[in-house]
Amino acid sequence: MKILVGMKRVVDYNVRIRVLSDGSGVDTDGVKMSVNPFDEIALEEALRIREAGKAEEVIVVSAGGDACQQQLRTGLAMGADRAIQIQTSEGLQPLSTARAFLKIIEREDPGLVILGKQAIDDDNSQTGQMLAALWDRPQATFASELILNGNSARVTREVDAGLETIEIDLPAVVTVDLRLNEPRFVKLPDIMKAKRKPLDVFSMEDLGVAIEGNIEIGHHTPPPQREKGIMVEDAAQLVEELKNRGLI
Amino acid sequence: MSRILIIAEHDGQSLNNSTAKCVTCAQAIGGDIDIAVFGSGIEAISAEAASLESVVRVIAVDAEHLSAPIAANWANEALAIADGYSHLLGPSTTLGKDLMPRIAALAGVNQISDIMAVNAPTSFKRPIYAGNAIIDVEAPAGTKVVATVRIASWSAATATGGASVDVRSASSNAVSHTRYVGLESGGGERPDLQSAKLVVSGGRGVGSEENFKVIYNLADKLGAGVGASRAAVDAGYVPNDMQVGQTGKIISPDLYMAFGISGAIQHVTGIKDAGTIVAVNKDSESPIFEISDIGLVGDLFKVIPELEQLLG
Amino acid sequence: MTEREIMEYDVIIVGAGPAGLSCAIRLKQLKPDLMVAVIEKGAQIGAHILSGAVIEPEPLDQLLPGWRENPPPVCVPVKKDELWFLRKNSRIRLPTPPQQKNHGNFIVSLGSMCNWMAEKAEALEVDIFPGYAASEIRFDENGAVGGVIIGDMGVDIQGNQKTTYMQGIEIHAAMTVVGEGCHGHLSKQLIRKYELDKDCDPQTYGIGMKELWQVQPGRSKPGLVQHTTGWPLDSKTYGGSFIYHLDKDRIAIGFVAGLDYEDPEFAPFEAFQQMKHHPMVHELLEGGEILSSGARAIVEGGYQSLPKTEMPGALLIGDAAGMLNVPKVKGTHQAIRCGMMAAEHISEFASSAGFDAKLRDSEIVKELYKVRNIRPAFYQGFWRGFIRAAIETITMGKLPGTLPIHADHSTLLKRDVYTAPDRQWVDRDLSPRDRLASVYFAATEHDEDQPVHLKILEPDICTTRCVEEYDNPCTRFCPANVFEMVADSRVNNDSGLRLQINAANCVHCKTCDIKDPYQIINWVTPEGGCGPNYQNM
Repeated sequence: MKILVGMKRVVDYNVRIRVLSDGSGVDTDGVKMSVNPFDEIALEEALRIREAGKAEEVIVVSAGGDACQQQLRTGLAMGADRAIQIQTSEGLQPLSTARAFLKIIEREDPGLVILGKQAIDDDNSQTGQMLAALWDRPQATFASELILNGNSARVTREVDAGLETIEIDLPAVVTVDLRLNEPRFVKLPDIMKAKRKPLDVFSMEDLGVAIEGNIEIGHHTPPPQREKGIMVEDAAQLVEELKNRGLI
Repeated sequence: MSRILIIAEHDGQSLNNSTAKCVTCAQAIGGDIDIAVFGSGIEAISAEAASLESVVRVIAVDAEHLSAPIAANWANEALAIADGYSHLLGPSTTLGKDLMPRIAALAGVNQISDIMAVNAPTSFKRPIYAGNAIIDVEAPAGTKVVATVRIASWSAATATGGASVDVRSASSNAVSHTRYVGLESGGGERPDLQSAKLVVSGGRGVGSEENFKVIYNLADKLGAGVGASRAAVDAGYVPNDMQVGQTGKIISPDLYMAFGISGAIQHVTGIKDAGTIVAVNKDSESPIFEISDIGLVGDLFKVIPELEQLLG
Repeated sequence: MTEREIMEYDVIIVGAGPAGLSCAIRLKQLKPDLMVAVIEKGAQIGAHILSGAVIEPEPLDQLLPGWRENPPPVCVPVKKDELWFLRKNSRIRLPTPPQQKNHGNFIVSLGSMCNWMAEKAEALEVDIFPGYAASEIRFDENGAVGGVIIGDMGVDIQGNQKTTYMQGIEIHAAMTVVGEGCHGHLSKQLIRKYELDKDCDPQTYGIGMKELWQVQPGRSKPGLVQHTTGWPLDSKTYGGSFIYHLDKDRIAIGFVAGLDYEDPEFAPFEAFQQMKHHPMVHELLEGGEILSSGARAIVEGGYQSLPKTEMPGALLIGDAAGMLNVPKVKGTHQAIRCGMMAAEHISEFASSAGFDAKLRDSEIVKELYKVRNIRPAFYQGFWRGFIRAAIETITMGKLPGTLPIHADHSTLLKRDVYTAPDRQWVDRDLSPRDRLASVYFAATEHDEDQPVHLKILEPDICTTRCVEEYDNPCTRFCPANVFEMVADSRVNNDSGLRLQINAANCVHCKTCDIKDPYQIINWVTPEGGCGPNYQNM
């Protein structure tokens, strides 16, 4: 089977995020851009499945401007076989992203689509679930373990109460959480090999998807700073304070 | 006027507190508030939901195939009863995050994730970049608002209401492609650090691995999870999965108590979303006192026994 | 151990700084068919480099004609120069020495300039690999330098392989060009092995610390270049500050302290923070916020300390050898020239032989020769140094005689014989409150589960002799709070202290390797991609 893996170009997780003083956005001037960390985990899982002989092809897909080809090449260097760019210069939100991905699914007919559970820029955590809905297939989100069994898969999910296990029939969408695996490093020679692997570009028009229903994003503000609170003299005062605030 | 439907979260036994927080958010939006409870054997849960203040009606859909929170099943049911509602809300818990986007896609809209505050019925504040920026967002006019509610930003609605309970059978069919297998609870007597509501944490000031016992004992008395600063981990007092901070776990408990932790920015980054931060440290110059809500300059080895005595 | 995988290039360049990138670009301009690669340990180009920086553009005009139409992202033409002598609460404007007349020069971010140069190199088909550390030299069958070995990745703190283990590959190349910058670890090994420094003085360094600030609107005067000397340093400690006013309400501010300082208790980071609190500086920064911060040692030995730069199969270029012009406070133009020269030499001769002689005959070394006596003049203290520097400047270095350079690790005085002067330092209110907060703005990151990359060759000294003699100066000269002496009841020595190495804080400045009086700290490369993530620095 084929596995599709989504890779989003995001501000690197190490960058100290700063809101622009006019509130129009976040300062991205000269900042390092990288593959969304959860997407690397998604790709690592797909590669392991292929290496175990349970898939023939891993295809990385990214939606965005041409700069995201850099992230696709990283995916190819990690070991993906092919890359697809869904080219658009406009602001993409989860619904349009999911609709565009669905068109790629219709072309490629994968058995599994693996996405990161959320992107570390918008923190939306929607695309995987939306894709599963539009595709009318199962979703297994926040996966920390994925075991394939022929035409179905057993997925362990990290939920608030602990670990939940579900069984899903393929084809399906899985979104991955941090503890699923640790992504491999890229070998230098593979960076060179990646340059020669196929990278196809489709525009939103090619796919017949319009960007619509976008939520309007307005003013940006920095988070409220924690200020110094009160000082207490002793344990007794501390306990009283905590009780008054209903914390204990 | 808004008509808001909240999808309730429960574990089959009782209503999750996150639902009451969704109610508070719904109150901020304004309008009629209904709660949908999906599951089987849900009388008690529905009654709990009906007791929440300002709720008008509880729609209790009792069906075998809805007893496990399978997103595909709950989403189909939610869509089946969503007509006429202007807002569909769920909590931003793993259940709500799994479910609500599926509902949004079926409703043909983008979801608004993690509502922190309500500006107007269709305008909200939410965090992006791990809370390093807060944005105002506006849902497109004339569309349903499907959203998740950021639990840490809202208090729980009180149980002073008296809504009616409307029991129904399911309007949608079960999907066959997804099957619930089971749930393994956190395990261990102590709450998991990542999700605990109360956390007691120790730093270099604790001094040794043996001394860390005082931290564990206090935590157990409070029913809290246990964390540590990087300095304590580096010194070998505790294993590194207890590390809280920039390179450890980022947590947001309601109450975080830091003992013998200086509060370098790298540690504070891990607790910036905590509800209340309590700091106890011998050194009055520790940076942690600049951000603590309640600070106590003192020797943790004196303060902790005193606390334990007062807590009885 | 499995045989390493091999990649082959004609030329491998270590370090994507101005020297390395200039060499790469020039090589491809002269010989487009040459296979050239650049290895860079930072996660992206520019991540590990920082500088003031005011650059002289002429070498860039030669390398990249037309660059002025598409300049690097941060590039502000210099409008005015000021040199100030500071006292605690006052300042005196000094005449701007000719070396600090910057008409026609540009204030740039060296990091974003390197990133911009890297794009041009890639357009010429240079293979650039950020995120990989050249950790060792590869020697060929004849014992000549034959490339580099990339560091293994995915190794845990005990030295065992993790599940992600990836063995570093070998890069074989007929020519290895070492452009690691100041006090590089490969340079250190090569200089020792080939005795490249046997005919020159020891190298001497400064520690440079820098912060990029977003200030209140109107405070930055774009194009204004200010340097200061005097307070907060005492007359026996060399150094000063720079304040470069950029566009978009940004100011690049930094401080250099000569690492030949004597006071074992001296804390360079603190001196930097003090300088920011001088009234002249405080009023610029107050109400602003820090965008980025970092530190790096800089080379100050100049002509006398320049080692031989050629060896079989390899060349040292730029500050890996040491070409910074101290009175100008500039090294980038030298690095670019040197990179170009190396490229021209390699493409003509396909060998390192003869490069060193050419270098010594070139504008690069002539420039160093002219100012050779200025830095060492300050060994006599500030005022004598100032006078001698003025004389050397007026006579353009033509007076006979060359002052020797001393090694920084030998100048620290022992606690029992040294008394610090009254530094007149003040209480501080500007960010960052301490080194940990500063490190936060360097966005430095190291996977904590990897071997500690600061190797202490004789750790017992730290908790015994050094406590007594120098009071563990590493805990003060490191700008990132990597070294701490922690009281620990479990240890078995008189001091009751153990050395705690917070390797994850390291910003790769190399000060520890330079200044440690026992020369027992050996800095090696951590896993590739680790370290600071400077932006616009």
